[in-house]
Amino acid sequence: MTKPASLPVAEGPYPPSEAALAEPVPQAEQQRGAEELRAAWKTPQGWRYVTAVNNSEVGKWYALTALAFMLIAGVLALLMRVQLAFPDMTFLDADRFNQFFTMHGSAMMFLFAVPMFEAISILLLPAFLGARDMPFPRLSAYGYWCFLIGGCFVLGSLLFDSGPKAGWFMYPPLATKEEGIGPDVWLLGLSFIEVASIAAAVELIVGALKCRPPGMRVNIMPLYAWYVLVVGGMILFAFPPLIAGDFLFELERSFDWPFFDPTRGGDPILWQHLFWIFGHPEVYIVFLPSIAIAAMIVPTVAQRPIVGYSWIVLSAVGTGFLSFGLWVHHMFTTGLPQISLGFFSAASEAVVIPTGIQIFAFVATLMVGRVKLTLPMLWIAGALAIFVAGGLTGVMLAIVPFNWQVHDTYFIVAHLHYTLFGGMVFPVISGVYYFYPFMAKKLLSERLGLWAFWLIFSGFNITFLPMHLTGLMGMPRRVFTYPESSGWGWLNLISTLGAFIIAASFAVFLYDLLRPKKAQGEIPRNPWGAGTLEFSHEVPEEAWGVRSVPHVTSRYPLWDQPQLVERMDAGRYYLPDAPDHQRETIVTSVIDAKPVHVQRVTGPAWITILAAIFTGGAFIFPTFHIYTPAIICGAFAIVCIMYWLWTTTARPPKEEMRDAGLGLRLPTYASGPDSVGWWAMWITMLGDATAFASVVFGFFFYWTARSDFPPEGALHPLGLWVGVAALAGVAAWALTLAAREANMRGKLGLARAALVLAPLAAAVAGVAAWTAVRDLDPTSHVYPAILWALMVWLVAHLSVGVLMQGYCLAASVFGKLTPRYDADLRNVTLYWHFMAVKVVVTAAILGLAPGWLS
Amino acid sequence: MRLMLICLSFLALSACEGRQSVLSPAGRDAQDVLSLIWVMFGGAVLLWLLLAAIFVYVTRVEPREMPRRWGEMLIVGGGVIFPVILLGALLTYSLPMMKPQREADPGLKVHITAEQWWWRVDYELPDGSRVTSANELRLPTGRRTGLVLNAHKVIHAFWVPALGGKVDMIPGRETYLSFFPEEPGVYRGQCAEFCGASHALMAFETVVMTPEDFAEWLTAEAEAATAPASGEAVRGAQVFTREGCGACHSVRGTPAVGQVGPDLTHVGSRKSIGAGILNGSEEDFAQFIAHTESLKPEVAMPSYNHIAPEDLRALVAYLKGLT
Repeated sequence: MTKPASLPVAEGPYPPSEAALAEPVPQAEQQRGAEELRAAWKTPQGWRYVTAVNNSEVGKWYALTALAFMLIAGVLALLMRVQLAFPDMTFLDADRFNQFFTMHGSAMMFLFAVPMFEAISILLLPAFLGARDMPFPRLSAYGYWCFLIGGCFVLGSLLFDSGPKAGWFMYPPLATKEEGIGPDVWLLGLSFIEVASIAAAVELIVGALKCRPPGMRVNIMPLYAWYVLVVGGMILFAFPPLIAGDFLFELERSFDWPFFDPTRGGDPILWQHLFWIFGHPEVYIVFLPSIAIAAMIVPTVAQRPIVGYSWIVLSAVGTGFLSFGLWVHHMFTTGLPQISLGFFSAASEAVVIPTGIQIFAFVATLMVGRVKLTLPMLWIAGALAIFVAGGLTGVMLAIVPFNWQVHDTYFIVAHLHYTLFGGMVFPVISGVYYFYPFMAKKLLSERLGLWAFWLIFSGFNITFLPMHLTGLMGMPRRVFTYPESSGWGWLNLISTLGAFIIAASFAVFLYDLLRPKKAQGEIPRNPWGAGTLEFSHEVPEEAWGVRSVPHVTSRYPLWDQPQLVERMDAGRYYLPDAPDHQRETIVTSVIDAKPVHVQRVTGPAWITILAAIFTGGAFIFPTFHIYTPAIICGAFAIVCIMYWLWTTTARPPKEEMRDAGLGLRLPTYASGPDSVGWWAMWITMLGDATAFASVVFGFFFYWTARSDFPPEGALHPLGLWVGVAALAGVAAWALTLAAREANMRGKLGLARAALVLAPLAAAVAGVAAWTAVRDLDPTSHVYPAILWALMVWLVAHLSVGVLMQGYCLAASVFGKLTPRYDADLRNVTLYWHFMAVKVVVTAAILGLAPGWLS
Repeated sequence: MRLMLICLSFLALSACEGRQSVLSPAGRDAQDVLSLIWVMFGGAVLLWLLLAAIFVYVTRVEPREMPRRWGEMLIVGGGVIFPVILLGALLTYSLPMMKPQREADPGLKVHITAEQWWWRVDYELPDGSRVTSANELRLPTGRRTGLVLNAHKVIHAFWVPALGGKVDMIPGRETYLSFFPEEPGVYRGQCAEFCGASHALMAFETVVMTPEDFAEWLTAEAEAATAPASGEAVRGAQVFTREGCGACHSVRGTPAVGQVGPDLTHVGSRKSIGAGILNGSEEDFAQFIAHTESLKPEVAMPSYNHIAPEDLRALVAYLKGLT
């Protein structure tokens, strides 16, 4: 991509010389810098506290909210265990039990496991990277508020006895036919949260790629950052198929388009594919971040650098890729051909290898080091013991003949809890003990920690170890009762007792976490003797993240760079002050982490909360089949987001260059691939393209799986209008591109003319696409329905594209977008590159389908 | 604690002689899988102990520094070489077991359709004729019988643990499974895929019989219903007609030809009623007819709690007489 010649680049010495680093900073300058930073990063006080967007605040709220949701889901589990304690119990009726297990699974996955990863990452990632904040603080705040609203809505449905009750994987036709709003709550409420999850993933990826400190090349970044990249990438490719599935599902529920109804050409198995293409990676999305926490704790415990850094990175990436090829092992009993069962069986076993490498790398690190068993390490050890047991039953389950016996029994319940407790709950709690000094500037109690550990470790095994046997003895999962003659009673009673021991452990842990710790006094800065940047934090807390952004040359800078912390504190490194009283962080290049520019990051705001409330309305009203307020809310949400973008992003800077410290001068504005916004757009579009591909996959799935696709005598889209849509859509893309080029060359009139014509062309494309399928009846058969769905998808994306073009036109007219400062237009062009592909693919399917199919 | 629990579960195995247990097989496929289970379970326990031993050794017994080279060897050996060999062997041993369980046999074929929450059972004889039954499956020993599975409204799964693995039953698709029963007896099967409110209450009995007994039974099952024998049963047949039972249920050889609910032609000879939830005694019949909705949440059949007690008794006598 060509760069506008006029934008300046970094100048001055880099990397910094030892002499420059050794030079002391005058006291007065230190003081001035600290005061400026304190003012710029001040956390809002009083009732304005909720407007905070800083990662340390949002991360804390996020984590506590996810914890609260987890506790609610845990209480549901306890109630279910009471119902199952004895045969033929009547503590919960079938309906309520079914709502509870559905909500338990859904909440643990969507409201706890994934958000907890995002919460911890938002909280810790900038600290691992010596950054001041995440690149888009308001986006994290927006994501948090969406999560809070969506989570309360979904869980709240239980209070009105209208929760979803078809199981967390919502198999149609049971879930499509279910009466009431339960499935809609699930589909819309959780889609809403998934959107927030994707937003957080985008931000975390950009954070790990672009916000590392100068000198921290990719091969020395903390392993946690690698895991963030892998997991972020997986979220990006795993959630969209589910969102596409939700889209089809909700169209069937609301408008009777028969995607999963076999009587009208639909197929319930399509949902299972889409769900598990999401669902299996989801397991690793939950598990890998916890491994990442272990990867931070283990070297500290061993007081040695991790053994096999590159092995671990490759394994994490490998697990990420493999996890997308395993989904069928959730569908071994659906009657698929044996050849594909064999393939997926072997592929599922293959994941043992990267997982094994990661576990053995930890053991190897402990082996080469001098181990001191700390409390966090005890929790990691417990995690390992439990996870390995879950992994071994996983190896068994991937064996098809065995799977046929125990699929959908309590054996599975045991297996999945072993993997999730060992692969998520224990490591996360370990992380809480380990990072608590960083997060709260206090220490948790060693004694209570031991109590909590041994309670949960024994309670967990008492609950779930017998379930292996319960399953082998024939008890299916998701049954609200069982007869006495089954002989499962004593096993279930043991499990129920164990569940209450787990609850007791959580009570101890929570008490320790939340009890006041004023008496403790000031704790040491680096209580565990860790080697990574987060333990350069300041005690007592300062809101600025790091006093100055260091130059890093080692994987364990606190161990290997002797005067690092001292110099950071003195403001010797980069960005030691904030002369404009604005929040800033340093953006570096993706591979080598060379300083590129200074990024202004946004501060406290109400607009994010408003935007989240309106977005919530747009998702929540359709649950009750109320569409007008939903559309109004959607419009307001768009207005809020536009306002927020307009006022704070990519504003032409007052000063083009900023003295970043150590003689380095950095530009304050970036456009195209240098800017974080461009990367965020690119990454978001990958996710969006995946969702689109999933809808397209639906079309081809029906084509191959159903002999009546299309049905005899079906109407086809009108070829002429499909052609018009394709041409107009491509023209809209070309005009956007032309606008970017003209703007860059200073031909403002031409650029604006192109930006006036482009939305018109896009509108023509949308109307033409609609006209092409208008006469098809989407409720009659899945063939017209999927064509309509593709059209709706296209038109929705065209509409967003039009808004973007309009935004750029306005920006150009009001001087926000100039030939020199054109980040907005570059990002919008990137959107339209993807749009052009969608136009062409959609037109190809709509236009060529009748020919191929007949 | 863990070890103790493992020992406990071993002890418990003696107590798991269930009629619905993977651990008490009565057919060839389930027997094969059970051998596989012992191999895998033994291997898993060994591997777990091995890893735990390594962990305890490096952290507690010998926490001194060891050469980095050893660490790398551990990663490659434990993470790559060892699992590749082990998993290769396991896959080669186990995957061929899939094939027989899906093999067709030219003899008997049984069509089973899952409803919410009961089972339609149709025996297809080699000559193409059909014998209709419900909520109970009978199979001969010593040969493979094919099961053609389907579902009416939502997805279910067909599972008889004592005979073999399960297969989903999916609306709009046909799935296939076959069993090779060896031990005569009565085994319990249950729906394994969540299918709505009464998923927990959707079971059935599988009666495995010698080929001779089976042939005899099948001939009897193909017959029309026996006429009511006692005066009470005759009155019961009238109650059956008066209450409109025939609109949903059929009793072959009578005007009752409903197709919505289970076929009742030989309901009196079945081991259970209500799809495996009650035993089939007179009291069970009376219970089920009068309190259907509370025994089976959201079931399609209403509770006939308005029938006078003596009419109910007569109705039960009629139904029990349908052997």
